[in-house]
Amino acid sequence: MPFACIYVPNFPLAATLRAEPERKPHAVAILEGKPPWEKIIAVNEKAARMGIAPGMTKSQAELCSELVLRPRSPLQESAAHAALLDCAQSFSPCVEDAACDTALLDLAGMESVFGSFPEISRAIYQRATTLGLAASVAVASNPDAAVLTARGFPGVTLIPAGKEAERLGSLPLEVLFANRIEKDRSPGDQKKNAERLLETLDRWGIRNLHALAALPEVALSERLGQEGLRLRQLARGAAARTLVPVEAPLVFEEAVALEHPIVLLEPLAFLLNRLLDQLCARLASRALATQELCLTLELENFSPRHRQAKINNQQFLRTLRLPQPMLDSKVFLKLLQLDLNAHPPGAPIVKIHLAAAPAHPRSAQGGLFLPPSPEPEKLELTLARIAGIVGENNVGAVELRDTHRPEGFRMRRFMAETSGKLEREKVSGPDEEKSAVTALRRFRPALRVHVTLENSQPVRVRCPKKKDLQGDVLWKAGPWRASGDWWEREAWARDEWDLALRNGEAISFYRLVYDLLGGNWFVEGTYD
Amino acid sequence: MSSAVVSTSAALGRPFLFDAKAVPELSLPSQPSQGHPRARPPQRIHPTDFSVNLASSDPRLAHITSASRLDIRPAPEMVSSGVSSIDALTGGLPRGCLTEICGSASSGRTTLLLSALAAATRREEFCVVIDASDALDPHSAVAAGVELDRLLWVRCGASQNFRNPEKPALPKKFRQNNQSASDQPGANYPDSGQSDSRRFENCLEQVLRATDLLLESGGFGLVALDLGDLPQPAARHIPLTTWFRFRRAIEHTSTILLALEQHPIAGSCSSLLLQLGSSDDPILPAEGFAAERRKKICRIEQPGFDLPCPTHAQLLTGLAITAELIRSRLERKPARSSAAFASKTAWAG
Repeated sequence: MPFACIYVPNFPLAATLRAEPERKPHAVAILEGKPPWEKIIAVNEKAARMGIAPGMTKSQAELCSELVLRPRSPLQESAAHAALLDCAQSFSPCVEDAACDTALLDLAGMESVFGSFPEISRAIYQRATTLGLAASVAVASNPDAAVLTARGFPGVTLIPAGKEAERLGSLPLEVLFANRIEKDRSPGDQKKNAERLLETLDRWGIRNLHALAALPEVALSERLGQEGLRLRQLARGAAARTLVPVEAPLVFEEAVALEHPIVLLEPLAFLLNRLLDQLCARLASRALATQELCLTLELENFSPRHRQAKINNQQFLRTLRLPQPMLDSKVFLKLLQLDLNAHPPGAPIVKIHLAAAPAHPRSAQGGLFLPPSPEPEKLELTLARIAGIVGENNVGAVELRDTHRPEGFRMRRFMAETSGKLEREKVSGPDEEKSAVTALRRFRPALRVHVTLENSQPVRVRCPKKKDLQGDVLWKAGPWRASGDWWEREAWARDEWDLALRNGEAISFYRLVYDLLGGNWFVEGTYD
Repeated sequence: MSSAVVSTSAALGRPFLFDAKAVPELSLPSQPSQGHPRARPPQRIHPTDFSVNLASSDPRLAHITSASRLDIRPAPEMVSSGVSSIDALTGGLPRGCLTEICGSASSGRTTLLLSALAAATRREEFCVVIDASDALDPHSAVAAGVELDRLLWVRCGASQNFRNPEKPALPKKFRQNNQSASDQPGANYPDSGQSDSRRFENCLEQVLRATDLLLESGGFGLVALDLGDLPQPAARHIPLTTWFRFRRAIEHTSTILLALEQHPIAGSCSSLLLQLGSSDDPILPAEGFAAERRKKICRIEQPGFDLPCPTHAQLLTGLAITAELIRSRLERKPARSSAAFASKTAWAG
């Protein structure tokens, strides 16, 4: 039964470089600890060539001017770990979260989906690279052999069944204890035991797994106990165990803590672009999209006192709700930019947190004979841009309210949904033509006019703000009285008149309204 | 293989390519330009002969249509405007073209617009109204049969300070205590704080930017620009190049661009220009229930006399509208004919 292991070497450094890919060509070192006792815990190859090694102090490392020093970031490490699990879950439902830098997956039955094992291993490697992780991938017949191979050999390695001992033999003994030695968070006695065992084996002249595998079983058991036997089994690549599968939670969050606060929106857009790319890649690896993006910006004057009191007033929160699930980082970026332009944070930004609520991608298929409809992504961008021009509440679809009140409608989000076609076709005929209905063109707000009355009927109208809206009334109909909401604070009562006025050579028809509560005359619109 | 564009088929909308190596020159090789430089120029080949000759060398070139045989412009697809008289007059509204509807107040422009929107939404198309003066009445739209879910309304002329429709004006007794004078209807009419010309400029800028974005976005069946309340000097500020750009943006698409104006402003960019106006007797006579009601009221108020009728017995039942076709680039010859139709108010029965 084949197993694959994805291992990210130098994990704190890999997590940092995932967030800052432009630093990959530079010499980078990761610092950990409280100032002034900060020490280097991870370096990349270029930094190592420059003589920088883990354990050096920050002041020692700063002597090298070209070295880029970054503090260890738990936020970025947790995001990288989530990305690692996403990568594994995209190939197999049975995934073990072996360590923060290691994921094991069971490949049984996956050949029919993804191809042969070499193809699967290459695809896993490419997916990890897409997610920003420089990982090594190994496929072996048992999980422990896959882990040792991934830790020992860079790139993609495939060990045929029965050849484990031969391939693992050249690896140094440290790979057996790498997990326990590198992890500073592991209990101290485990680390000490590992160092003691290594020292003992070193004294015996055992330098690699081949030598360890060749030791006699009984003699090793007498000297090192069960731990010795377990190590021998591992070295032979013959250890067998079952995976402990975990289901990675569908949490898609990326965050970046900034060394220097950001004031302008342009550099913020640059960082958002990177975070969105990572989020979209993770969502794509799980065959998901998103319908809601939540951006949280921590502003500079967020004091520790506020943090203790859990007051969120210094966090700037923007939520982007989309009408349909989408997965286009460029569209998301533009929408966030437009939103931030309309609602700027108002203070320097020190931390960016971006979360996407996962949703199943929309499964709509356009028909050859259906009328064209706007592309959802394009339409959303266009509406956001237009909202920036005319105002947020001045663009959208109209929804009538259940009231007789004039202007009884509200604006809502416009969605180009093509569903419900069949239902409508059943209700009404396909293309029945109605007679034209006289439309009212409204003046918003209504024009206040002076009205001359005779026998309580308007005979002359004069509007100070509209020169062509004045003159003798040629024809009139009314009054039509209407009132409502008298039981509420916003009561209304009015008399409506339809009247004709001479407008140059033509005759225009208007709706004249007398506000019974306010005692004023208004022209509400013209019939056109 | 290098290639070059010879001609573009407007009908098919794709360029024809030919092999430049296979067709190095257009002159006949048998008549080289020798002797005096002012001698007779080399004989040019007729394009038809050219393609026929080339067809023998490369069978792919046999399918090339020469430019002289191409149609001038493919006839656009015509769709119903929702008013049968207008359809009979113009053949409908052309897709991929700009249509102008002109007329003064109460000439029936908005009625025709709503009919076109209703017809488009019946065809399951999405429509936009870019409203320069925030004049659309949703209740009229619903009465005309417009499906509001398929209508995007861009309210360019809406004042930011204007009250939300959901928050209506307060009655007098509450208004005195809780509202300032600026909250009253009419008090914050957009001329507060800026001149009319400046307001119209802002409005127009919003309209043009929104139109650009929407036409670029694409996918809409009908895009309507309502410039009906813009005064003529302000509407004239729209440069002709803008109309050319709009026309170019919708060319070869299925979008109908409709502009409502007081006077034609798009010049030769519009494919169809309709002038609407009211007839000599603009009010329709009452029919059916409305007429019965009127007669009944007249009998009660003034028995024995039908006229004059009291005002509460009058009813605006509809408008009689005339439409004149000023320009149609869809016909071979300039057409000038007219039609009449009537609109009915929603309450006319």
